[in-house]
Amino acid sequence: MKSLEELQKIKERALERRRMSAEGMRARVVVAMGTCGIAAGARDTMTAILNELERQQITDVAVTQTGCIGLCEFEPIVQVQLREGEMVTYGKLTADRVPTLIARHVVGGEPIDDWTVKQKA
Amino acid sequence: MTIFRELSQHLLDIFENGAKAGATLITLNIVEDFAADRLLLEVRDNGSGMDAEMVRRVADPWVTTRTTRKVGLGIPFLKQAAEMCGGEFGIESEPGVGTRTWATFQHSHIDRPPLGDLVGTVLCMIVGFPTLEVLFQHTVHTANGETREFTLDTRELRAVLGEDLPLSDPEVLGFLRETLTEGEAHLRAGVEVPSLA
Repeated sequence: MKSLEELQKIKERALERRRMSAEGMRARVVVAMGTCGIAAGARDTMTAILNELERQQITDVAVTQTGCIGLCEFEPIVQVQLREGEMVTYGKLTADRVPTLIARHVVGGEPIDDWTVKQKA
Repeated sequence: MTIFRELSQHLLDIFENGAKAGATLITLNIVEDFAADRLLLEVRDNGSGMDAEMVRRVADPWVTTRTTRKVGLGIPFLKQAAEMCGGEFGIESEPGVGTRTWATFQHSHIDRPPLGDLVGTVLCMIVGFPTLEVLFQHTVHTANGETREFTLDTRELRAVLGEDLPLSDPEVLGFLRETLTEGEAHLRAGVEVPSLA
């Protein structure tokens, strides 16, 4: 079984890693987790994001959640913001699309226009 | 008819209610009793709570505190899921103290959704609300009277990590995933699930 001693070792390693990467977070990823989002698969989308970041050992991306943002028909909704850039809102971002999203937008730095939700101003 | 495929999605949804009510601690309690053929899901929070009138109306889908959409479906869904599986639903709340939401199911009921991805669900809770404490308790009473328990308490983990390292750190999340996966596997190992035949 996993033990708290093991967590202690992880802590030391992770803190050292954080000290090395003083540049801060490269991106913020927000998953909408209202009832509508959960029903559409938001949990699986978030799990896929965490898996993909872990798989690629990307440690400078902050993943968080928000509630229903009033675009229920486009759930699962994911928002990506690179450093000081604009927040890009993606619709129908199911778990199978996550590796492409991470590769092209988070790592590659280019939003995927075809998947974004165009909001009327 | 429910729009959630898994009971863990209901847990996540009810959890979100507590988190948005300003809770600092949310307890998730799952009890599977194979001898009594019963399953309990319970979410307790120490958030702002609701008055009696709101509690009375909360199972009505047309009631919600949200402003982005006019319908609140989470609680009616859970109530409906429980009641169609030979179970019951309840919600108790006190302003300033918190809310307890629970649902029971006939464990073997053919319409009962599976618990589903509990590991992913708890990880989403921890990542989504990194400052919130989560106490996850899952108990299994086997058909032959054995009791197995698995508990994950973020307060214990935070005591080790200190203030500089959040629970949502990728390496810590990896540890959490393994801990949850092992714990859940231990609950299931060798448990005879009564068949539906």
